[in-house]
Amino acid sequence: MDNFTVGVVVFPGSNCDRDVSWALEGCLDIRTKYLWHESSDLSDVDAIVLPGGFSYGDYLRCGAIARFSPLINALDEFVKSGKRVLGICNGFQILTESGFLPGALVANKNLNFICDDVELDIVSSKGGWFNNVYEKQTIKLPIAHGEGRYHCDSDTLKKLVDNELIALRYKNNPNGSSFDIAGITNERGNVLGLMPHPERACDETIGGTDGIFTLKSLILK
Amino acid sequence: MDQFAVKVFVRLRPSVLDPAGEATKSASIKLGAEGIKSLRIGKMIEVKIEGNGENEVRGKIDLLCDRLFANTVIEDYEYSLEKL
Repeated sequence: MDNFTVGVVVFPGSNCDRDVSWALEGCLDIRTKYLWHESSDLSDVDAIVLPGGFSYGDYLRCGAIARFSPLINALDEFVKSGKRVLGICNGFQILTESGFLPGALVANKNLNFICDDVELDIVSSKGGWFNNVYEKQTIKLPIAHGEGRYHCDSDTLKKLVDNELIALRYKNNPNGSSFDIAGITNERGNVLGLMPHPERACDETIGGTDGIFTLKSLILK
Repeated sequence: MDQFAVKVFVRLRPSVLDPAGEATKSASIKLGAEGIKSLRIGKMIEVKIEGNGENEVRGKIDLLCDRLFANTVIEDYEYSLEKL
């Protein structure tokens, strides 16, 4: 495990890449490597985080332009190999735009940019992203987004529910998301997208440690 | 090669809530405009594009709309095309 390296993707406009790297290295002693969006060589990383921010200025739609970067093109093989990919906030938007996860993230119902701590129910243990939360069924993580309302059609929602792909649900839905959805996984469980920021909850002195478990899960096989 | 001017309209699907449209509707009513039953906001994208005839250009625009201009999970699109 000593050489396990998490790739943190940097798009023009990413602004949580340093936070993710700090949380992984400083709080969890997990090695990280920044991956510029034009790189398509993923051979020396074992897991990938798509961090929050405003990739390509969120032009057209959040995550829409990032989808066409060389790195996202290379991500398909990476995901198929079973390696782990975590998309946080803008990273979640990129994962839906590029088809790794179903549905879409649209403007919050009340149009506000919401910056708050929210309580979340852990719904599914698929992929083991929350397995090590010491039996805790509810966690608290920060959110910070203007376009975090998860939307999908009723067939997709049924598939998400039936296949236990909903990872997290808001206790008090802040943004109008369908079915209170805050995070989902792919069917295999190796891709997780979520709007809350686990990297901002990795130290008691800055508001909690409930995010540690999800980041630590990146090293699970 | 022929050149075409294309106007692409991208709209949120009717089933998707449009809070920006709702807010603008509310402001329109405050302005004193009467009779507004619904107001939804979309995007218009103007493209000038070359190709061998209308069919080839339509093929290119269809691809652009389907893969980039619109997210068909939440949006519909249509376009008009004018030969220059």
